[in-house]
Amino acid sequence: MKAFGTFHAVDDISFSVRRGEIFGFLGANGAGKTTAMHMLTGLNQPTSGTGRVCGYDIRTEYEQIKRHIGYMSQKFSLYEDLTVSENIRLFAGIYGMKDDEITAKTGKLLRQLKFEDHANDLVGSLPLGWKQKLAFSVSIFHEPGVVFLDEPTGGVDPATRRQFWELIYDAASRGITVFVTTHYMDEAEYCDRISIMVDGKIRALGTPDDLKRQFQQPDMDHVFTYLARQATKSSD
Amino acid sequence: MTLRYLIQKEFLQIRRNSFMPKVIFIFPIMVMCVMPWVMNQEVKNIRVDVVDTDRTPQSQQLVHQIERSNYFIFNGQKSTYQEALKDIESSEADIILEIRDGQYLIAANAVNGTKGSIGSSYLSQIVNSGNLSPLTSHLSPLFLYNKGQSYKVFMIPALMGILMMMLCGFLPALNIVGEKEKGTIEQINVTPVSKWSFILAKLIPYWLIGLLVLTVCLVLSWLVYGITCQGPLWLVYLLAVLLALFFSSFGLIISNYSATMQQAMLVMWFFVVCLMLLSGLFTPTRSMPDWAYLTTYVNPMHYFIDAIRTVFVRGGDFAAIAHQLLALSLISLFMGSWAVVSYKKNN
Repeated sequence: MKAFGTFHAVDDISFSVRRGEIFGFLGANGAGKTTAMHMLTGLNQPTSGTGRVCGYDIRTEYEQIKRHIGYMSQKFSLYEDLTVSENIRLFAGIYGMKDDEITAKTGKLLRQLKFEDHANDLVGSLPLGWKQKLAFSVSIFHEPGVVFLDEPTGGVDPATRRQFWELIYDAASRGITVFVTTHYMDEAEYCDRISIMVDGKIRALGTPDDLKRQFQQPDMDHVFTYLARQATKSSD
Repeated sequence: MTLRYLIQKEFLQIRRNSFMPKVIFIFPIMVMCVMPWVMNQEVKNIRVDVVDTDRTPQSQQLVHQIERSNYFIFNGQKSTYQEALKDIESSEADIILEIRDGQYLIAANAVNGTKGSIGSSYLSQIVNSGNLSPLTSHLSPLFLYNKGQSYKVFMIPALMGILMMMLCGFLPALNIVGEKEKGTIEQINVTPVSKWSFILAKLIPYWLIGLLVLTVCLVLSWLVYGITCQGPLWLVYLLAVLLALFFSSFGLIISNYSATMQQAMLVMWFFVVCLMLLSGLFTPTRSMPDWAYLTTYVNPMHYFIDAIRTVFVRGGDFAAIAHQLLALSLISLFMGSWAVVSYKKNN
């Protein structure tokens, strides 16, 4: 539980995620998704309750958690005034990777993303879809146990989102757990399991098919709207 | 060693910034080649009206002396005191010299007190030298350490304090708040970077830049004015580093509590102006009222200004400024600890 004064942003939530799973964390604006994610990534302390990420306690061992996770926020957060390869080098260096290891892996990554010609471009000059793919690749560059994605594909077209999800599937197949929040219901369908938060509580949890059956709705869009309408807190 | 990657990043960003490299280039030139001429309290070009009712050879000679002096501009003879006063009221003259029956009256416009008092004392010197009064002939002041009473010698070390304040206080503070605004600091906060590495990586580049600019200033002061440091140079650098530590910590504290650049800038300005005006940079601290003088005990700028003038102008050694060094170190360490404690990676 996380309380800001008397306001309980996240209230009594409980769930577990398997290794290598793609877990969709859904909810309307203001439902408490970002706060929950901040507690899991060690940016915030829970007011009460407990949690474990990669086996570490979120209340006391948050600095250890930080070594074993990747994070990509909704505010796109690579350095725009550094080049593509400088950004990769910086974050890899922060996670304690060695220089030669960084160089080798950077080359491989850029080939994979077909970014070789843009290695020395400033990140600020890249189109948004590219920035997001790059930010995701940087967040899993040090092979974390879990990667947290906070609305990673905001503001780009469906084709670009599709490409982004191919990267996510690729990471999950390598055993990286993906914890993702989104507002796009087509993306929700791509997840192994999803949870839907309303007013700081988890109202639904299961595979997309389970949820459609449980709430007797034709698709995820309807499931989401059905649950979000029950919210009593004002959303923005 | 993550610090290396972080420092490298800061230097890359400083180099790419369209503004920073220019600041580093222009700043020492501004501080050393423009400021010492402008921030000058020497009083010159005082305009004098003379009301000479005696018309004796002595009074004529006196007027010639005023005309010849570098400090005065002879504004003209007026027939009455009232007429001369009109000149003062319309700001065409600064001082009236009335000569009547062998008596002299000097009336100065004291709206600007310094100009009025210094001007009238220059003028009385000229009057007295003509009369050779017994008082002045036996009085010969000896000005120690700064023989020409040059205001430049007085101001140049103080300007170095302002320089460290700007480069090591404002810039890192704005840099950190900038990262907050862009959201990149959140990305750093979810990484295992330690507080110390992050803060040091922000400060070290600006300290290096500060010391580089300080060196350029010392060289310029020697080249342009022939003014060199009379005491040991390492003390100047030591003082600069301590002051940099204070202002950096101060900037960090403010940036840790501010959400936007505008907020940080306003708070920073408020405190910096107070610290500067209460430091004795422009005016002697002893002439402050008692309650204001008490504040100088916790004002690091005051200790810095005091110490650097002792070293730079008088040639004082370590022992001469030990007390200021101690006080400055204590204040800086306190602020430094506060800065590290107030930066939170986890709320």
